[in-house]
Amino acid sequence: MADGVLFEFLHMEMVSHVFKDQQSTNGEMNNKDRAVCTSVLEGMGFRVGQGLIERFTRDSPSFKDELDIMKFICKDFWTQVFRRQVDNLRTNHQGTYVLQDNKFVLLTQLSSGKQYLDDAPKYLAYSCGVIRGALSSLGLDSVVTAEVSLMPSCKFQVVIQKL
Amino acid sequence: MLMFCCCLLQNSELFTLTYGALVTQLCKDYENDEEVNKQLDKMGYNIGVRLIEDFLARSSVGRCQDFRETADVIAKVAFKMYLGITPSVTNWSPAGDEFSLILENNPLVDFVELPDNHSTLIYSNLLCGVLRGALEMVQMAVDVRFAQDTLRGDNVTEIRMKFIKRIEENLPAGDDQEERKMVFY
Repeated sequence: MADGVLFEFLHMEMVSHVFKDQQSTNGEMNNKDRAVCTSVLEGMGFRVGQGLIERFTRDSPSFKDELDIMKFICKDFWTQVFRRQVDNLRTNHQGTYVLQDNKFVLLTQLSSGKQYLDDAPKYLAYSCGVIRGALSSLGLDSVVTAEVSLMPSCKFQVVIQKL
Repeated sequence: MLMFCCCLLQNSELFTLTYGALVTQLCKDYENDEEVNKQLDKMGYNIGVRLIEDFLARSSVGRCQDFRETADVIAKVAFKMYLGITPSVTNWSPAGDEFSLILENNPLVDFVELPDNHSTLIYSNLLCGVLRGALEMVQMAVDVRFAQDTLRGDNVTEIRMKFIKRIEENLPAGDDQEERKMVFY
């Protein structure tokens, strides 16, 4: 049973590696490079999110609606993956949800100073993918983005795609 | 109690699944297994040099008197703390500078199968880098490699560790230390 800290260290190193790798090919990092990096991390998270749900919900009852699924994500899923519950869930009841975590586990290692706000998105891409992957395995197609205005608090925005 | 165990299990899966995704990505990015092995080792090293601080802060282990004690601490304290397993320490060299860690099961490889075209991939090579990096921070230069790997058909997973030399303590310049603290905390 791997200690949670191992995931945090691995995640930090993964982010560092993906960004360093992209930088060395192109010499310097522009917005397109940054987008490629976040996309790589997000893609990795997606597959992991799918895999996690396949293991979690083997014995769980099925969900009655979309909101039920989002509550599961905010409570059980968030607890198992990010080691606490989401602090605040808001929705417009039209498929958009905002999940606020005031002490996001992958941001707490970073300094709270303003200079790290710019870097914070790097450290959220993977988690956005994990959430998107989990929702996908639960039958929901989504777009997941995250923003930080005050470390280590962050908001994940989930927009469910209607087919 | 049961819920607590469940939580630990899930954490393990997050780490092992993430690790699997990383290896998959590296295999896409690099042309051959040798290069992937090198990257895993490098990344492990970067993790190891920081993980040691976490380890020293959380365990009450003091300075080891010799390499035998180091081996015991690695197997019985570190592996237990981070991976929940206790490998056995065996196959000591006559000079006492080399030993093996035998892992009956390797949590990193649950549900993993190596595809045919990756026969030289050392899937868990991150571990070697972690051990090397962590020990370097406590003034020990070691060589760490996989001697046996269940993923490659062996019965057990065996990590071979060899003591190379003691590293002289180099006090970092004040500025470097500050910079390091800023990045990690």
